[in-house]
Formats: sequence, structure tokens, C-alpha cells
Amino acid sequence: MVLDMNRTVITVVGKDRVGIIAKVCTYLAENNINILDITQTIVQGFFNMMMIVDASQSPKEFDKIVEELEQLGVEIGVRIRAQHEDIFDKMHRI
Amino acid sequence: MINLHEVIETNKMIQQENLDVRTITLGISLLDCIDSDLSELNRKIYDKITTVAKDLVSTGDKIQRTYGIPIVNKRISVTPIALIGAAACHQPEDFVTIAKTLNRAAETIGVNFIGGYSALVSKAMTSADELLIRSIPSALSQTQRVCSSVNVGSTKTGIDMNAVKLLGEIILQTAELTKDNDSIGCAKLVVFCNAPDDNPFMAGAFHGVTEGDAVINVGVSGPGVVKKALESVRGADFETLCETIKKTAFKITRVGQLVAQEASRLMNIPFGIVDLSLAPTPAIGDSVAEILEEIGLEYAGAPGTTAALALLNDQVKKGGVMASSFVGGLSGAFIPVSEDQGMINAVEAGALSLEKLEAMTCVCSVGLDMIAIPGDTKASTISGIIADEMAIGMINQKTTAVRIIPVIGKTVGEKVEFGGLLGYAPIMPVNPFGCDAFVNRGGRIPAPIHSFKN
Repeated sequence: MVLDMNRTVITVVGKDRVGIIAKVCTYLAENNINILDITQTIVQGFFNMMMIVDASQSPKEFDKIVEELEQLGVEIGVRIRAQHEDIFDKMHRI
Repeated sequence: MINLHEVIETNKMIQQENLDVRTITLGISLLDCIDSDLSELNRKIYDKITTVAKDLVSTGDKIQRTYGIPIVNKRISVTPIALIGAAACHQPEDFVTIAKTLNRAAETIGVNFIGGYSALVSKAMTSADELLIRSIPSALSQTQRVCSSVNVGSTKTGIDMNAVKLLGEIILQTAELTKDNDSIGCAKLVVFCNAPDDNPFMAGAFHGVTEGDAVINVGVSGPGVVKKALESVRGADFETLCETIKKTAFKITRVGQLVAQEASRLMNIPFGIVDLSLAPTPAIGDSVAEILEEIGLEYAGAPGTTAALALLNDQVKKGGVMASSFVGGLSGAFIPVSEDQGMINAVEAGALSLEKLEAMTCVCSVGLDMIAIPGDTKASTISGIIADEMAIGMINQKTTAVRIIPVIGKTVGEKVEFGGLLGYAPIMPVNPFGCDAFVNRGGRIPAPIHSFKN
């Protein structure tokens, strides 16, 4: 991995249905990505989940993970994004 | 640790409110390319740009994917070409060969604009400066990606009125040579007073002689984010309004700082500055004029507009300054007409005139920007408009600029379409009374009294 991609924030947003977390977690396990924290809530029927993960041990390039998670989201009808944690940290913490 | 609410807020800004990094601009010094042999000079310039900037586009794309934030433009600025070409160029056509080289280098690197086809003549023009200025119409009509700027005044030196007079003619010639494309050449030419050395935004970007070998400057954007934030404080007092703008500007600027540092690290090129400007695009919801409307005006241009813009500009700076270790460039709010749907609407509704825009430039970051005027406007009138704007910059110790497009063959009531980020504009009426005798005096306007601070 080119960047020292220690902590990544994965967000999953979409209509709630059975098995969203299972699908995402299965993908992460298969790619050796460790989950550090999960927060999840349902707002007006919409599923909102945030995971903080450590992707540094994954054999895959970060770009590839972003792309495959996005694709997985399309398959299960939700929007999945993976972003480096720094963008949130810098914006909301002094 | 970051919480879900904060993550959702950031992603909403990106996905729904057009938060983006407008440009990563790589400034490159060409001083070491200087040569008295023109073809050797061109070769060195091409080689230097394509070597230093070879990873610029891929780095920008990488940062975009890593953080999930769009990076709209990757661009290059170079040392003012009037300095670089002075030893080799003996006629305007010689300078045009350098413009073509810059264009070719930009194509190779994959950037849409390259800035620095410039001359700094705030006191007087050298013969090379004058040759470059005279070459601008040809250069801009024969290239697509080259941007040109001329600094004709400053608080320290006064205004070079010979250059102001010449530029009125040059702008008209540029319009004439690009008349088949709605005089678009003029959209790539900016006339400045107090031009900053580190501005990352086109068309006025150049790599100042005070800069190092190479530097990364970043321009953020985010009028849509400010507008959205202000919707939540509708009707509240000015203190609340200002606090909201400040906090939002802080968040936007932090993203710029992050991107700048990361680009600097990946390319191993020093980080220069973050430019805090609120830069609109023609996209719906990405408009500075809509912020002014949200502050409480029916249209941009209504009474109160100058005050609203003044507070917006000031709060953006106050919020942004703490968010970045180095702030520079133009930093404020841009008020281009063609690039901002709210401004276009205001002109079409009859709310916004050239004179009101001039007043607004006293309190915002730049000047008369992307304004289409009738193609039959006289050169001396354009020079008069430039002189007025330069005087505002000189006296108020701020950057001002004129990027005005006399659209050949069109007049008030018609529209001009530039396409892409440049947008479209209704042709605005110009004061019909003459200023020939004023412009024809020649010489320079002395520096103002408050420039003598030593």
C-alpha cells in the first residue's frame, strides 16, 4: 500500500434490509480488513452505518477496496463509501 | 473518535452541497530555463514542466479516491513569461512560440489550464514586457490551455497607465481574433492590481519570482456548503449569521489544508498556501450570489449587497485563517458573472449593473470577473474600466482584477455561451460616455500617500 492507510471510515447508507452488515463484514473478513468500531442507526427507515476499520494488513490496494465496496453496495442496493479517516478528523477536530 | 453525525455531515457537504477542492495548482519556476536561443529556451521549458509535473494528475486522482473528495482541476502556473523570454524574444511572434510550448506541455501532463503567460508592469514596461503584451491576442487565439495575466499597478508603485491604455486595445484584439468562439480568448486574460504571487486560481495564476523552485497551492471551494449552513439560521441576527459562516469556512478550509499537505507529501514538493476563496461554478447550488440572497437580498445587486458581501468575505477569512497553516492567494469570495447562476439571474432580472459590481469589488477578493460587454465597446472605454478597478485596488491595498469580454458581433440583450466551468453570460451595458482624453494622457499614476510606510 502506497499510503499508510491505517484507519479508514466506511459508510453505508440506504434502505434497510436483511443482511447489509453481514455482506459488508464478509467482504472485510475475506480481505483481511479489521473492524475497530461500528456505529449504526436507522433514521426514517434509512440505514446509516459507519465502520472504522484498519485496512493496512489487506493484500489489496486501497483504490481496489474502494471500488469493490462501491460495487458491493450497488449489488445490495445501498451506497458504500470508504474514505481515509483524516478527512473527517481534520474537518471536525482542532 | 469521529462520530456518525460528523461523518454524515462531511459526506452531505460533498455529495449534496458541491464541496470540492477546486484546484491543486503546481507552481514551477522557469528561471533556470532562460536562454538567448529561442528554440533552446522552448525545449528547456517543455522539459522542465513535463518533468516536474509528471505526477500531478495521478496524485490528484489518488487523493480524490483516498478521501472521497472531488478534486476538480489540476493546473500549472509558471514564472511570468515576459521575464523568461526576455533574452530570446525580439518580436511578439517569438513569444507566441513559448505560448505554444506551454500549451503542448499542458496537453502532455493532462491539465486543462496553464497560467503564467504574464508580465508584471506595475511601474513601467520593459521592451520584453511590451512584446509579450502585444503577443497576447495571437497567443490566446492559437492555444487552448494557456492563461495570461498582466499586473499593471500596485499600492507601492501606482498604476502604469501606458499599460492600461495598451491593454484596452489588446483585449479588443483578443476578442476579434477569437470572435468565432464568442471572443473566448478574453476569458483567459486577467488585468491585475496588486497581483499575488501564489494565486492558484486561473486565469490569473502565475508562479511569482519570490517563490521557490516548485510549490503546491490549493484552492478550495464550497459556496453551496455556506448557503446550506445559512438556511438553518434564517432570520437570526448578524452575530449568529457571521458565526455560522466562520465555522463553515473553517471546515471547508481544513479539507483544503489536508489535500495540500497530502499532495505536497506524495509529490515531494513544498506546500505553499491554501486559497480560501469561495469559488462558484455554473452548477445549481454552487453560487456566491445565492449566499447573498440567503443573507436576505432579493437578488445580488439589491441595496445591501455590498454590506452583505463585505461581511461574507471577512467571515470566510476569519474562519479559514485558523484552519490552515499558510493562507494566501486571493482568499475571499469570487463574484464572476458567467460562472455563477445566481449572478446571471441577477443581471437578467435587471438587479445587477456593472457599476454595482464595481462597488462590490471594493469588499470582495478580486474584481470585475467574467463580464460580457458589447463587442463594439471602444478600447479607451475598456481602459477606463480597467483604470477604475486598478484604482480601487491601489487605494485599498487589495488585489483587484478585470476579466472582461467584449463579445464581437453581439450586443446588450444577447447571451454568450462559453461552456464548462466558464458558463454563460448576458451581455451587460457599458456607460456610453467617453474617456479618451483621460486614457490618452500616458505615463503613470503615482503611488498613493499611504504607500510610504518606511
